Amino acid sequence: MAIKLEAEKHVLEVKNLEASVDGKKVLNGVNLTVQSGEVHALMGPNGSGKSTLSAVIMGHPSYVVESGDVLFDGESILEDSPEGRAQKGLFLAFQYPLEVPGVSVANFLRTAYNQLRSKEHQMPVFTFSKFLKEKMKSLHIDESFAERYLNDGFSGGEKKRCEILQMAVLQPNIAVMDETDSGLDVDALKVVAQGVQGLVKNSGMGVLLITHYPRILHHIRPDFVHVFVDGKIRESGGFELALALEEKGYGELEPVPA
Amino acid sequence: MEKSVLKQTFDSEYQFGFHDDVEMVYQTKKGLSEKVVREISKIKDEPEWMLEKRLEALRVFYSKPMPSWGANLSQIDFDDIVYYARPTDKPARSWEDVPEKMKKTFEKLGIPEAERKFLAGAGAQYDSEVVYHQLREDLEKKGVVFLDMDSGLREHEDLVKKYFGSVIPMYDNKFAALNTAVWSGGSFLYVPKGVHVDVPLQAYFRINTKNMGQFERTMIIAEPGSSVHYLEGCSSPTYTSDSLHSAVVEIVALEGSRVQYTTIQNWYSDVYNLVTKRAKAFKDATVFWLDGNIGSKVTMKYPSVLLMEPGARGEVVSIAFAGKGQHQDAGAKIYHFAPNTSSLITSKSISKDGGRTTYRGLLYVAPNASHVKSNVECDALILDEESASDTVPYMQIQNDDVSISHEATVSKLDAQKLFYLQSRGFSQEKAKQLLVQGFIEPFVKHLPMEYAVELNRLVDLEMEGSVG
Repeated sequence: MAIKLEAEKHVLEVKNLEASVDGKKVLNGVNLTVQSGEVHALMGPNGSGKSTLSAVIMGHPSYVVESGDVLFDGESILEDSPEGRAQKGLFLAFQYPLEVPGVSVANFLRTAYNQLRSKEHQMPVFTFSKFLKEKMKSLHIDESFAERYLNDGFSGGEKKRCEILQMAVLQPNIAVMDETDSGLDVDALKVVAQGVQGLVKNSGMGVLLITHYPRILHHIRPDFVHVFVDGKIRESGGFELALALEEKGYGELEPVPA
Repeated sequence: MEKSVLKQTFDSEYQFGFHDDVEMVYQTKKGLSEKVVREISKIKDEPEWMLEKRLEALRVFYSKPMPSWGANLSQIDFDDIVYYARPTDKPARSWEDVPEKMKKTFEKLGIPEAERKFLAGAGAQYDSEVVYHQLREDLEKKGVVFLDMDSGLREHEDLVKKYFGSVIPMYDNKFAALNTAVWSGGSFLYVPKGVHVDVPLQAYFRINTKNMGQFERTMIIAEPGSSVHYLEGCSSPTYTSDSLHSAVVEIVALEGSRVQYTTIQNWYSDVYNLVTKRAKAFKDATVFWLDGNIGSKVTMKYPSVLLMEPGARGEVVSIAFAGKGQHQDAGAKIYHFAPNTSSLITSKSISKDGGRTTYRGLLYVAPNASHVKSNVECDALILDEESASDTVPYMQIQNDDVSISHEATVSKLDAQKLFYLQSRGFSQEKAKQLLVQGFIEPFVKHLPMEYAVELNRLVDLEMEGSVG
């Protein structure tokens, strides 16, 4: 059912990446490698360029890559369109998911699922509808959700859960999650975390989890923690680094000159 | 012909641009005059009162100036139009009896197939006259009358005399006067008390003669407690000189009845489409105009509902699609003449390749009409820099005890939304199609399924090649 085989390993590499938007430099040489089955937490204060990194990885047309590279399985994807990157199995869970009135969640996801798969793995309406129901159930999402228009009139929390549902349905190889935890209450956060962990465990999805708060990391235990300041990774470590940040905040890191 | 009606009707390449060399049985000379009006009436062997109405309407037409608002109509040359062209002697009741060439045309348009598959009855008009008309037998037995308007006048003169011009008087506007003077064809639909017509009836209008003026006249009378859904479609050949389509549609929805009138207008882009459509809704009756404008050079059309008595409801849901060289000046008018009446206007317009859409609407609430509820929403989507959209909403609210909301939006295709959809694997073109399909969903969801599927396909076709 998934786009890849169990044994397949994928790797997303960001190398010396520098990027700007509207002539303003935002990324100042980012280096990062995310492999299948790994959870990386990228933590940093507001305005540090975390969201820019996610947008550049997914190929947002407003951002200009000045130098460096983004590779998927060893090949540069900088020339690929966003949909080309999606075809390779990249996924971005948006911080602010967009509303698409008139298009139901079910129709949207079925179309998206099928267009990311070869003919023999595509699902007809009925099969997909069953598949979607299972996914919704596992994420504690009400069945009525499927017939609502995509993100249209959703609460902040519903939008975030819808992003996770999309991820669970599309089953990407590597997912970038941009502040998925913001705007979620504790219960919703637990459900989302379970969903993400399930995908990591069962399908070997690799995750780059971008967050401002360490809170979510108690529910999704990261293998690696990176502290992101002024458009680059300042420090990398294990879970203990997240705990240190939780205690001290970013304050102690920020004065350090670049 | 495997292709269904709407695929045919809506193709962006305009695949209905063909014309056939049908010899007219009778045709008036170009231009309008009292002689032409008398000639039309004489051919139809009409009662004297109808001739008098026509002649009076002609005077009204001459006396009224061209509208100074709305779309540019200055290029219409009334002397260069054929006002009446008769292709057959009388409407056939079986496709077998429709002359071969015309039958072929309607087969190309998928009309007989649609009738077999999902319609309760069908009519087909070719230039000035209806060449085919048929109603499902069980409905006929229940007393439903579905005829061409000329036969309606002959067979139900009392009803026609009672209601003709009762909703749209000839004095209403210049083009209603013109239609009244030279009308020919159209449908006469009568639904008896308590009868529900479960599936739609359809009439299809085809212009074939060059410089033709088509002036059909349609009347729908829904007796108390009845319901009916009438669908009309239209198309024309690809000529380079202008044609004129100026119809009048009157609906009388009596107590507790429900009438839905669905239009899928797809004239070729040399047709002036200047149509007056209006309904009167009496106690607890509902009139629903579902109005889709895809084709034509210029359309000026504002389906209206007069809410005459308490409990009446009027709805107008419309889409307009304006491409290169097209101006869709369309909207809706609702008149709340009685308390406890309600209305809904949803207008969606899309302009591309230099096309122009205008939403023009009127909401009127009379001084005595308390507890009125109305919701007006008009949304315009502009797909490129050359295209334009205007919104001209009029509101005359003369009662304070009302609940009215009005919302208007103008948007371009949102780059962030495109990126969002692309990140889910949609190509830019598919993403645009999806956004447009979502945009017109409030219209499409009211169409019978067969039409909805085809309309979405059409939109995909219209959107093809629009990726900038």
